[in-house]
Amino acid sequence: MTPVQALDFIRVLPEIVLASCAILVMVAEPFVSARHTAALAWVSLIGIVAAGAGNAWMRRFSGPAFGGSIAADPFASYFVYLLLLAAALTLLGSVRYLETNQVHHGEFYALLLLGTTGACLMVAATELIMIFIGLEISSISTYILAGFRRADKRSNEACLKYFLLGSFATAFLLYGIAFIYGLTGTTNLVQLSEKLSAPGARPPLLWIALILAFVGLGFKVSTVPFHIWTPDVYQGAPAPVTAFLSVAPKAAAFAVILRVFLGGLASAGALVFWLLWISALLTMCLGNLAALWQTNIKRLLAYSAIAHAGYVLVGMAAAKAAGPEAGEGIASVLFYLAAYALMNVAAFILVAHLAGAGERYQEADDCTGLAYQRPGVAACLTLLLVSLSGFPATAGFFAKFYVFRAAIHAHLIGLTLVAVLNSVVAVYYYLRVVVAMYMREGNPRASASPLPWPLGAALALSLVGIFYLGLFPTPFVRLANLAASPLP
Amino acid sequence: MLRDYLPILVQLIAVSTVGAAILAVSAWVGKRRPSREKLSPYECGSVPVGNARERFSISFYLVGMLFILFDVEAVFLYPWAVVYKSLKWFGFLEMFLYILVLLAGYLYIWKKGALDWTR
Repeated sequence: MTPVQALDFIRVLPEIVLASCAILVMVAEPFVSARHTAALAWVSLIGIVAAGAGNAWMRRFSGPAFGGSIAADPFASYFVYLLLLAAALTLLGSVRYLETNQVHHGEFYALLLLGTTGACLMVAATELIMIFIGLEISSISTYILAGFRRADKRSNEACLKYFLLGSFATAFLLYGIAFIYGLTGTTNLVQLSEKLSAPGARPPLLWIALILAFVGLGFKVSTVPFHIWTPDVYQGAPAPVTAFLSVAPKAAAFAVILRVFLGGLASAGALVFWLLWISALLTMCLGNLAALWQTNIKRLLAYSAIAHAGYVLVGMAAAKAAGPEAGEGIASVLFYLAAYALMNVAAFILVAHLAGAGERYQEADDCTGLAYQRPGVAACLTLLLVSLSGFPATAGFFAKFYVFRAAIHAHLIGLTLVAVLNSVVAVYYYLRVVVAMYMREGNPRASASPLPWPLGAALALSLVGIFYLGLFPTPFVRLANLAASPLP
Repeated sequence: MLRDYLPILVQLIAVSTVGAAILAVSAWVGKRRPSREKLSPYECGSVPVGNARERFSISFYLVGMLFILFDVEAVFLYPWAVVYKSLKWFGFLEMFLYILVLLAGYLYIWKKGALDWTR
């Protein structure tokens, strides 16, 4: 074990900045009067921006840290940017929301920052125990956030469900890690991949370890059949929290799946491939089919989030099937997650605004005729939904395009066909909301108050991002390819 | 590989056999003369007063939980103290930061009134 050096701390700079900012906000909270709680939000936002700057600065110092348990590489850097973006958009979308719902407490921002810290540790970790610690930090913060509207029954239900099922799934992951350690004597991903790829190394019970770890991580990314909690939690949790939940822990868990199943355990090829293939198929189909019957927008978006996880898994299966040319598949997954983060966070924070005080108006019918009262808001939601369904000129289109192309290059024709059919089906339920807004007369029950400026800024930022990715994807694809390079 | 786990299996079998045997023998050989004193719940020797099922303040749980939190975190001081000299300034600074974070938490719960019993 090499002694800890200053360089080790530089390589976890974003996490240090985020955690310090979170502690600062937490301690300051009781001293700040209720009227000035918004100041804590801006402090947190500065913290997020500073963490992003730190992430940019430490690019010169990339390498392993803390005895190989953390890696500061382009892969981690890419995901840290993504997570910080999701956190920043959530924060902008939640300031006024918390005020209207009378739960404006500074702890929200501290928990948001800590949840992001945990997710950042997850994506940078190259050691199973470190991954587990990151997962726990991010999970525990998000469990509390899900129940942030304490007086609301649904929020409590969401919190409890997420906590109980989440800890159950974490136990699975931990059990899988214990198995891997028992079989190979190491939890370091680099050593693990060396040990497993050595000739004659075929631990007999590795498949159990793989399945256990996959169940644990599959819960976090809500793959079918571990998705049961998703609609209830996404519906019950405060909408900005749902925005964060549906992106940050999910993207981090996908990063972990990439690192573990395509990096450390890469030699267990066939089983991993079929695990990914089957869950991709089930997740896409079930997510989309279930979404067809939803009338509640939050539930609809929850099932759509499940379906999107399915498309991401298609990209992963493609990367796994491509063998040494996995780069294209991994890059497509990274691109997809960036597009997904922009679209999903924006959609949920906009729904948070429309649902009004107490989140009373979540039904698609509540938006009837919204386009005549608030054309701007309606257009904004339409663009987001259209991008989620994958129309050309939006980020959603190129995200799907790259994933499907990678799948075809990996000769997964059947799976690609199912995925394309699924995206056609998905158009129907996304457009249901659009139809309610534009094609039906009536007074919208949904909040027709003007957009508060932080929310407006967040939406403008995401829309610019969505169209940038949809019209000029090339520079970003190059970035995704660079980020995919540290993985084999 | 699997052979390595054989001792664990032997241990499992041995433990469950011995455990079951002790219970069975004492149930079979032992005498039972129950009395009121013997059937009352054991409370470290003091005489039980009234029913345990009554309502008590929510603060009890709060204080209990916070106590466990700080107690567990203080446990980390022991291994640190053992290797303190070889860690030199680095160890001191690390623990200083750790305690500082704990102190921040303490300040927070204090100011929030979580330690105020009468609130």
